[in-house]
Amino acid sequence: MTFNQPKIETSPKVSDEVRKTTCYMCACRCGINVHLKGGKVAYIEGNRDHPVNRGVLCAKGSAGIMQVNAPSRLRAPLKRVGPRGSGEFEEISWDEALQIATDWLEPIRKDNPEKLAFFTGRDQSQSFTSFWAQNFGTPNYAAHGGFCSVNMAAAGIYTMGGAFWEFGQPDWDHTKLFMLFGVAEDHDSNPIKMGIGKIKARGARVIGVNPIRTGYNAVADDWVGITPGTDGLFILSLVHELMKAGRIDLDYLARFTNAPVLVNGDEKSPEYGLFLRDAVGKPLVIDRKTGKLTAFDKPGVRPDLRATHRAAGVTHRPILHLMAERYLDKKYAPEAVAERCGIRPEKIRSIAAELARVAFDEAFELDHEWTDFRGEKHTRMVGRPVSFHAMRGVSAHSNGFQTCRALHVLQILLGSVEVPGGFRFKPPYPKPVSAHPKPHVGVNPSAPLNGPHLGFVEGPDDLALKEDGTPARIDKAFTWENPMSAHGLMHMVISNAHAGDPYKIDTLFMYMANMSWNSSMNTKGVMEMLTDTDDNGEYVIPRIIYSDAYSSEMVAYADLILPDTTYLERHDCISLLDRPICEADGAADAIRWPVIEPDRDVRGFQTVLVQLANRMKLPGFTNEDGSAKYHDYADYMVNHERRPGVGPLAGWRIGEKGLNHGRGAPNPSQLESYIANGGFCVKHIPDGANYYKPWNVAYQDWAVEIGLYDTPQPYVFELYVETMRKFQLAAEGHGDRQPPDNLRERIKATMDPLPIWYAPFEDGNVDPVEFPIHALTQRPMAMYHSWGTQNAWLRQIHGRNPLYVPTRIWEANGFQEDDWAKVTSAHGEITVPVAHMAALNENTIWTWNAIGKRKGAWALGEDASEATRGFLLNHLIHELQPPKGDGLRWSNSDPITGQAAWFDLRVKIEKTAAPTESLPSFDPIASPVGQGPEQLTWKVGK
Amino acid sequence: MTQLPATTQRKLGLVIDLDTCVGCHACVVSCKGWNTENYGAPLSDQNAYDGAASGTFLNRVHSYEVQPLATSEMPHPAAQLIHFPKSCLHCEDAPCVTVCPTGASYKRVEDGIVLVNESDCIGCGLCAWACPYGARELDAAEGVMKKCTLCVDRIYNENLPEVDRVPACVRTCPAGARHFGDFADPESHVSKLSAERGGMDLMPEQGTKPVNKYLPPRPKDQMDRAGEVDVLAPFLEPVVEEPRGFLGWLDKALERI
Repeated sequence: MTFNQPKIETSPKVSDEVRKTTCYMCACRCGINVHLKGGKVAYIEGNRDHPVNRGVLCAKGSAGIMQVNAPSRLRAPLKRVGPRGSGEFEEISWDEALQIATDWLEPIRKDNPEKLAFFTGRDQSQSFTSFWAQNFGTPNYAAHGGFCSVNMAAAGIYTMGGAFWEFGQPDWDHTKLFMLFGVAEDHDSNPIKMGIGKIKARGARVIGVNPIRTGYNAVADDWVGITPGTDGLFILSLVHELMKAGRIDLDYLARFTNAPVLVNGDEKSPEYGLFLRDAVGKPLVIDRKTGKLTAFDKPGVRPDLRATHRAAGVTHRPILHLMAERYLDKKYAPEAVAERCGIRPEKIRSIAAELARVAFDEAFELDHEWTDFRGEKHTRMVGRPVSFHAMRGVSAHSNGFQTCRALHVLQILLGSVEVPGGFRFKPPYPKPVSAHPKPHVGVNPSAPLNGPHLGFVEGPDDLALKEDGTPARIDKAFTWENPMSAHGLMHMVISNAHAGDPYKIDTLFMYMANMSWNSSMNTKGVMEMLTDTDDNGEYVIPRIIYSDAYSSEMVAYADLILPDTTYLERHDCISLLDRPICEADGAADAIRWPVIEPDRDVRGFQTVLVQLANRMKLPGFTNEDGSAKYHDYADYMVNHERRPGVGPLAGWRIGEKGLNHGRGAPNPSQLESYIANGGFCVKHIPDGANYYKPWNVAYQDWAVEIGLYDTPQPYVFELYVETMRKFQLAAEGHGDRQPPDNLRERIKATMDPLPIWYAPFEDGNVDPVEFPIHALTQRPMAMYHSWGTQNAWLRQIHGRNPLYVPTRIWEANGFQEDDWAKVTSAHGEITVPVAHMAALNENTIWTWNAIGKRKGAWALGEDASEATRGFLLNHLIHELQPPKGDGLRWSNSDPITGQAAWFDLRVKIEKTAAPTESLPSFDPIASPVGQGPEQLTWKVGK
Repeated sequence: MTQLPATTQRKLGLVIDLDTCVGCHACVVSCKGWNTENYGAPLSDQNAYDGAASGTFLNRVHSYEVQPLATSEMPHPAAQLIHFPKSCLHCEDAPCVTVCPTGASYKRVEDGIVLVNESDCIGCGLCAWACPYGARELDAAEGVMKKCTLCVDRIYNENLPEVDRVPACVRTCPAGARHFGDFADPESHVSKLSAERGGMDLMPEQGTKPVNKYLPPRPKDQMDRAGEVDVLAPFLEPVVEEPRGFLGWLDKALERI
């Protein structure tokens, strides 16, 4: 045939209209352009102007079109008609649904509001949902942080007033060495990918620390295939090497941290380990210029890292002395930790040397003048181009809080936090612990709670205990079991409610949390707790209300379903009061708005909460004349004021001189302004205010001006967390509020005010010889938790999840391709397909998280690969540690924050004959939405 | 069979950076989205919500493990994982074109893009068989051959802002691992990038002269080289051996500040 080139249309019309909103295919909150044809979604791409993603978009984001058309979308409110867990429902009207909910909730509020447990899972509106719960009056509210990464968040805030991800980011423009510890690759994923691409393009180096070499670790220049749960030990070995070589930033430590603060050294004193303070309570240092005791923040003071102070027979030593004493100990030498960490000592030493070389020998300066909080003027900003990032991998252990603390202390010793080239906070961070609320549990019938639920304790007096010393919250947050549980313990709610420990509840109300499947430890046990009945045949957890947009596994276990919209059909605000989308150079917030209208009888959950509040006339939602303040969530977003002039959205408020970003009166046209601007608002930090933020007067003044706080809040980093020492003192017998005797030793051992490493609890609870292998999950970049499975495109990428086995274990068991294995923990066993992976820590097996599905859920067919070959590791993990013979229930959590210790898991593995499908398997649940179509040929334009 | 043009005026194609690709599949799904809605028949999906779903994709990411051999310089090399995105390479000597019995497959004179004219495609599958890269997929619903168009309906599209006139995969790549341009122009970004970083042909022995180039991963795990710790040792020269020595060092160090 001869050459024959047809003419083609190279300029087809792309769409009728582009509407710009915020993605919700995961928690990253990128900006998206939604192309519409004939009112239908035709194509989704990244918004180039958006501060989070600058135009790029991940696989999940581009697959949003398949989420919006997913057959698993719930269609109308549902009332359970079969037994719990069957999935048998009837559709009801919204009026009936809201009336049922009101009839259940109103009596609880009048009688005892604590009988409602309201927990929202992957909620992005926590400042609103907590406001609702506070006005209802229950102390039992939290979101999913407790089973996610509260160790990271709490350690960051207690140590340096902010952590990673939403709190801060590497200085991608200047950093030369980026060190990444175990992360969920679906968190903050576009910014990290963009950052890695950017720094690699300029030849900067990436070191990845992760037992598994996928994703970011696959492109890392150097990979550290660490043994799970030993990150803290590895980090403290780096600290040991750096201190031994004197490669720490003494000037930075003296000025900006509590390293010079004097600590009581009298072992017999009730103040032992506490700070020497002046009459108004300010920590004291020795001034190098005068040699005298001085408040740490006095103008002109030059805190001395060396001098000690003796008063009334007690020596007070600077914190840096205590650190030298601890970390120069040979037990932290690379040779001493190497075997345990699975890292050669030479490599630990090389990494320490490289950190030192880049931080100090590649230091640079920016010509920005700035003034610090002591009034000293600086003509330049010193840059230390070493940056770090970490997330779930290091935090989801029972030693996670101390590990996260260790990492922040390493960053601070290098002088690389809030300096050019290092790690930078994003507004509203930095923010010291003292600027956060404390937990509140003051319950009164028919009245709001006495303050915000969650917060940061500063000692035993702040614990959430009733007068008899029992836990005030159903999840036992802020108790002696986990005193600093800043995000609550969602993973303990069902277990505790079922056990009636600390008390029984009446109604469990949940949102976006797949607790009967992948979001719970001990999945089968949780299903049993949700369906268990008492002697009268009544459910032990009497009533369950659940809101979800999709037919998840949890739907079947609720009595009343309030169907949510998809993310393109709703209003949302990504607020500075909550988890905003700020960048290191600016404050930013964003909205979602209905770029399409729902084609089903569904309502945005936040609007439903407003409607419930109006029916119950909750204070905070009701005017003095009894009328409703807000008719829906959009109304709340625009008109609610948390403090005068400060509302959910900071953009386009009515200020004294007209519209401005920051403080101002509500603007009825605010949402129109957001929509016209692409769905977001950015207010940039002025030059000279954008580094050294915790100490920089210009930044502090800017933060007050835009309403982040009402007065400047300068502070120093807490290498030594005095709050933790206060809990230890209580455990040692000091003070009025005393822990139960069975917890004393654990509190003494784990609440160390300087970072320590201890073995994950599972190592001591189970026999490491019988269960020698660590088992983990990873989050794929192309799938967000359970949501992706209903997505016809994404399930073709991650439709199955083999158990990946390292070479040593693969060969020892004689595994072959397509083999199956039985994996056993102290708690349970699973039988699953295996695959070989060489780029893996030799004592670790792993699989992708939340791919396995229950038959009947998510509108999938019963032969779906996720339901036949997919599986969950959750069956191997219990929410309680194995019995210790003391008759007590010990949560499988970090003892400081209560974070779920998912990654402590130890298992054994053996080859087994292939079953017909992964085990355990469960009966199908009836699908309230039927099953999706066999074939898709999706095209909305013609 | 079908003829190739003797030369093309431009050689449009992609540079794919294997040093930076994190394997996130953003390019895969962005491509699926654009090309389902645009050029030709939609990219269909079978078993969309059951069994093992299987649909048409014009771009896929494969992951390969590499276990380097031990050497005296690198006695304990760690295994590596390479993410390898693959789509049509728009070969200069495209065997998929010359094998086409109907003329449906063709290479454009003006820019070298290899396309399928779906109205002439009989779905015989010969082109997919001839392509050594497995870059073509027969759509099970439409019965026609689908392949990467290099987003020919984007790159010249006057309805798009100029900055967006690039393939969907390039526009969306979060890591910046994909680059688009004209390899016939030695001064183009892609030509220079390929020259600087040692851009490689995929399977050059096949004689297809692919236009797309792959940038190889940079050497990994250099800290594991024998003697590396000695190179870095001066940066970590101990100043104290015992905790007590620290305070003495501190005295001296503070004097210098």
